[in-house]
Amino acid sequence: MTQETVHNTANNADLESDIAADEVDLTANEDLQIYKDLSWQGLWKNNPGIVQLLGLCPLLAVTNTLTNALGLGLATLFVVIASNILISLIRHHVPKAIRIPVFVMIIASLVSCIQLLMNAYTYQLYLSLGIFIPLIVTNCMIIGRAEAFASKNNVKHSAFDGLMMGLGFTAVLVLLGAGREILAQGTLFDGIETLLGDWASFMTITLYNTDTSFLLAALPPGAFILMGLIIALKNFIDHKIVNK
Amino acid sequence: MALFSSTSPHQRIKRRTPEIMKMVILGLTPGIIVHSYLFGLAIYVQIVLAVVTAVAVEALFMTLRKRSVMASIGDYSAVLTAILLAIAIPSLAPWWVIVIGTLFAILIVKHLYGGLGQNIFNPAMAGYVLLLISFPVQMTAWLPIQSMQAFPVTFIDTLSLIFTGFSVDGYSVTQIKTSIDGFTLATPLETIRNALHVGETISETLKTTLFSLDSLQGSQWVNLAYLAGGLLLLKKQVIMLYIPVAFIVGVTVFSFIPFASDPDLYSSPLYHLFSGATMLGAFFILTDPVTASTTVKGRIIYGLLCALLVVVIRNVGGYPDAVAFAVLLANMCVPLIDYYSKPKVYGRKRT
Repeated sequence: MTQETVHNTANNADLESDIAADEVDLTANEDLQIYKDLSWQGLWKNNPGIVQLLGLCPLLAVTNTLTNALGLGLATLFVVIASNILISLIRHHVPKAIRIPVFVMIIASLVSCIQLLMNAYTYQLYLSLGIFIPLIVTNCMIIGRAEAFASKNNVKHSAFDGLMMGLGFTAVLVLLGAGREILAQGTLFDGIETLLGDWASFMTITLYNTDTSFLLAALPPGAFILMGLIIALKNFIDHKIVNK
Repeated sequence: MALFSSTSPHQRIKRRTPEIMKMVILGLTPGIIVHSYLFGLAIYVQIVLAVVTAVAVEALFMTLRKRSVMASIGDYSAVLTAILLAIAIPSLAPWWVIVIGTLFAILIVKHLYGGLGQNIFNPAMAGYVLLLISFPVQMTAWLPIQSMQAFPVTFIDTLSLIFTGFSVDGYSVTQIKTSIDGFTLATPLETIRNALHVGETISETLKTTLFSLDSLQGSQWVNLAYLAGGLLLLKKQVIMLYIPVAFIVGVTVFSFIPFASDPDLYSSPLYHLFSGATMLGAFFILTDPVTASTTVKGRIIYGLLCALLVVVIRNVGGYPDAVAFAVLLANMCVPLIDYYSKPKVYGRKRT
């Protein structure tokens, strides 16, 4: 008992000195630079979807419509921010050897929360996303951020990193979802009312009417091909930037 | 006896890509002519559409890649891909079907993998599979042979059907193909599959008037014509013997086994050989020099593998014809087949 207390106090002291160090070492300018850097990494340079290629399973499976993509993207965004905050908070209390199970349990609890919330408030979307909501637990992007960033950085930065990584992931999901929905059905935001409520149904746009849908775009191969094209486009833009 | 020994190279004929491609196209002509004689002129419209699209896309992409446009169009490989795709799809399919298929074949399957010689999948077949899974309705609307068609389809009607979906008198493709005593006509392969689903045996199905008259015979004639064209290619040594022979022997043997066990449920080898795209596949599609295996042993394995896949997919799969799927699946195995069938270097023990 005494030992534990000592250990805890030591950790607390550590934590405090850590925070103190943050506050002492970083001027406002440097802090801003870190946030800029985190945004750039999450949204573009180290984008979890198209650069790290993490979480491909939900990324490819549920992006058949924009609504599904947005729903899953927001759920993932919530989970990654919350898990980054929690893990950053407890980072000094978790023994190195069992950190992964601890992280997974935290993420799993958060995913259970979001699953119950979606079941309660967006039931139709919950049905159409199906197994991919619980599968957010296994999204490597989230555990990757926990391990690589949140377990080593303070709460503010971890939360911001979660936000940017989540947004980067959601952006890719939305892009894929929009592309596939346009190709397959000629619509955008079809079924958006299942995510946002009935007031949002005006958002559904029909770009063109067709009797024959382009099935490939709605099937998994279409997701892979479109994903490849998006990655190619990103590399192309990077190439242009370097050449300038 | 004086033995004459020469040094390598032993092959004296120097053939360039354009020449080979042109000869393959020439080899296709008997099949195309028989097809148009039996099923109408629509196939030429499809070929023109496909070739124009393919050449335009090829030129555009070569410009984007900053390569020589004329050299790549002049090798006729895009034209050949376009023709293969055009004769594989139903002739009265709407114009956008062939355009989408050709775009996909040239752009995604060929150029995104690095252009001619780099593509791992056969572009024409990949385009065909894309169309088949994306537009099943349009891609299974096969017409009966001309003498069985309810309304005479003139060339103007053909154009009108392809570009607007209706003939001059306002009939759709479905009306033209279904109005014969209310029969829905599909390819023979598909008709047999459907009949088996409702519990008829193959011998019963073959006896129906529909079968004795219609496209079964048509597709047999077309297959024979492709066989003739293929033999011409063999004679001219444009293609090697191994793949077609392995494939045809394979189809015969593999389809004979289930046929012998239950002739009521599985079609005969002869039927498998002369329906669908068997002959077209054996001589013109499997022998694609880019995506097929390159070693002697490898070619035999490749042909047999395709044959096995064709028979399995036709007998138990969900789609009527299987050559395209079989070719794509076998294409994936080619690097592996080539790796394990490398001929040993003379004087060395096999490692």
